[in-house]
Amino acid sequence: MNAPMQQPESRYTVLDAAPRRLRDVLLRWEVILVILLALTIVVNTIVSPYFLDVFNLADATFNFSEKAIIALAMALLILVRQIDLSVAAIVALAAMGIGYAAEAGFGPAALFATGIGIGLLCGVFNGVLVTWFALPSIVVTIGTMSLFRGLTQVILGDQAKTKYPPEFLELGQSYFVKMKETGIPWLFVPPLPLSFLVFLILAVLFGIVLHKTAMGRKLFAIGSNPVAARFSGIPVDRLTFLLFVVSGMLSGLAAALLTARLGSMRSNIAIGWELDIVTMVILGGVSIAGGVGSIVGVVLAVFVLGLVTFGMSLNNIPGQVVSVYIGLLLIAVIAIPRIVDKLGFRTGR
Amino acid sequence: MTKLLNFRELALALILVVGVAAIGAYQPVFLAWDNIGDLLTETSVLFMMALAQMVVILTRGIDLSVAANLALSGMMAALVSQYYPDTPLLLMILTGVATGLVLGMINGSLIAFLGIPPIVMTLGTLAVFRGMIIIIAGGDQVNASEMGVSFQAFPKQMLLGLTTPVWIAVAVSILFYIFLNLSRAGRGLYAVGGNPVAARYCGIDQRKQELLAYSISGAVAGLCGYLWVARYGVAYSEIANGYELTVIAACVIGGVSIGGGVGSVAGTLLGALFLGIVMTALPVLQISPFWQMAISGAVILAAVVINARAERRPDKLILPEARRIGRVKA
Repeated sequence: MNAPMQQPESRYTVLDAAPRRLRDVLLRWEVILVILLALTIVVNTIVSPYFLDVFNLADATFNFSEKAIIALAMALLILVRQIDLSVAAIVALAAMGIGYAAEAGFGPAALFATGIGIGLLCGVFNGVLVTWFALPSIVVTIGTMSLFRGLTQVILGDQAKTKYPPEFLELGQSYFVKMKETGIPWLFVPPLPLSFLVFLILAVLFGIVLHKTAMGRKLFAIGSNPVAARFSGIPVDRLTFLLFVVSGMLSGLAAALLTARLGSMRSNIAIGWELDIVTMVILGGVSIAGGVGSIVGVVLAVFVLGLVTFGMSLNNIPGQVVSVYIGLLLIAVIAIPRIVDKLGFRTGR
Repeated sequence: MTKLLNFRELALALILVVGVAAIGAYQPVFLAWDNIGDLLTETSVLFMMALAQMVVILTRGIDLSVAANLALSGMMAALVSQYYPDTPLLLMILTGVATGLVLGMINGSLIAFLGIPPIVMTLGTLAVFRGMIIIIAGGDQVNASEMGVSFQAFPKQMLLGLTTPVWIAVAVSILFYIFLNLSRAGRGLYAVGGNPVAARYCGIDQRKQELLAYSISGAVAGLCGYLWVARYGVAYSEIANGYELTVIAACVIGGVSIGGGVGSVAGTLLGALFLGIVMTALPVLQISPFWQMAISGAVILAAVVINARAERRPDKLILPEARRIGRVKA
């Protein structure tokens, strides 16, 4: 430790912000992801002739869009030093509610509203525990994860919900935007499933809110230093509460999209998703320590993970082996900049 | 620290005694020696895993990879038993422990020396360990008929009316108690978690302590991996899926603070026992096993609310967070 510096004139010195340092780091992270994405596409295209097919790629989005929607909310939560491990359990609870509502004869719009409504209530419950009672969110959401999933098991038992109106299933199982050729080569409207379209729209929305509005700046402030943020007049608890509610609502929305796609639900639906979603967010460059991250990074990470998984499944690699690569990718992407940093520190100074 | 139980743990113990007595009054079979023996055997793995997790949480960390580590180490032990049936039993058990230890050290060294956040690191290794099981076993599972006889018989052997896993859990608990309360390294874990900066000024190397914590966590997971596989007579990739959260739940119920530096062996054991009782009592009470998860969720939430109130310090620091940051920069 250095000896304390003498500051005769003022007790405090405010240093200038190191110019463009943070931006460089962010830039570097997203560049890493773009390179990874390009690499994934090139390798997959060489290995399998079926990879670069518009319809195959559109179908591949089915497998990650619902998770990716929740990842947007999770990114904001992790940005403000919170986490929501109960998202997958909320999906299960909301999907069960949708199942019962469908049996009662509700239409597609009402089913989506049911899912989002249940998600909202779950999010409010999480938010109240975390902000009013000032509890650590990781423990609270491990508890509510058991509670929500447990309630689903208690109510549903070993039954499955399989009766849904055909218009609802149509939304989840077909392309929302159909393929359109324009006559000009390489210019066409790709087929888009509803879940992927919703993800893209929400990603743009979240990107604008986080990076272009005062609210987004406030979230970064909370993540960097919650105490300083509170003393600057930022309603830390209210915003945190709001983020938990958003996380619940998006989980409910994902539940509606997922049930529409699968056409059935059991109490083990979406099990283990919380860890996949956290992986997306962390790979996207959102710092678990808070205050650093971008929506562009998260979207890129979603594509990298989605295409790696899709490419490997095209080559008949079992899912759990794919997860080895994804786990290693996660660790490597976090570790390599730190190793470089350490080496640079030792040789440079 | 010399007291075996503090007030809150006493309260938890009281709740458990009253609960067990009430269940026993309703269904006397619950208090039969056989049933209690079964309960302890079923919970023995959770006792040990919760203690190991506590050691990690004490350093402000978390180990999400323990269940995957358990499954991979168990698979290694089972494979040794399958392909080298003549190996002495002790060596097979040590295979499990050693595998777990190595996996834990991988976690620990990257967390301690590269500063990777524990939750990120162990989330990554959770996926890697699970997938490694498929790779090393070639996608197969190891069945009871393929494992050695002594390999499977050991966890079922009785000693003084209790099975060997229970005695192992007792021995491990005593070791943890001695380690955490009477050894320099054990006290160092509390110091690092309670106040890393103060610990640094006292000459405690945080990185070594972290490496130690994750190594312990890994070794215990390896031991439990052998016990699990040998007891249930099957090793495959999905063993103990999601068990890491049960283990953390036991710690939370037992009063371990996720913020680090707070937790005791007795409390953690009580937390694990609580979950064990819930799991075994439901069938006895003829309540659907589907209630188990909802009940543990409600208990975790109740425990964390109560713990938060108990932990509130009497002397109010103004801006504790800001002060902490200020000291780091001084």
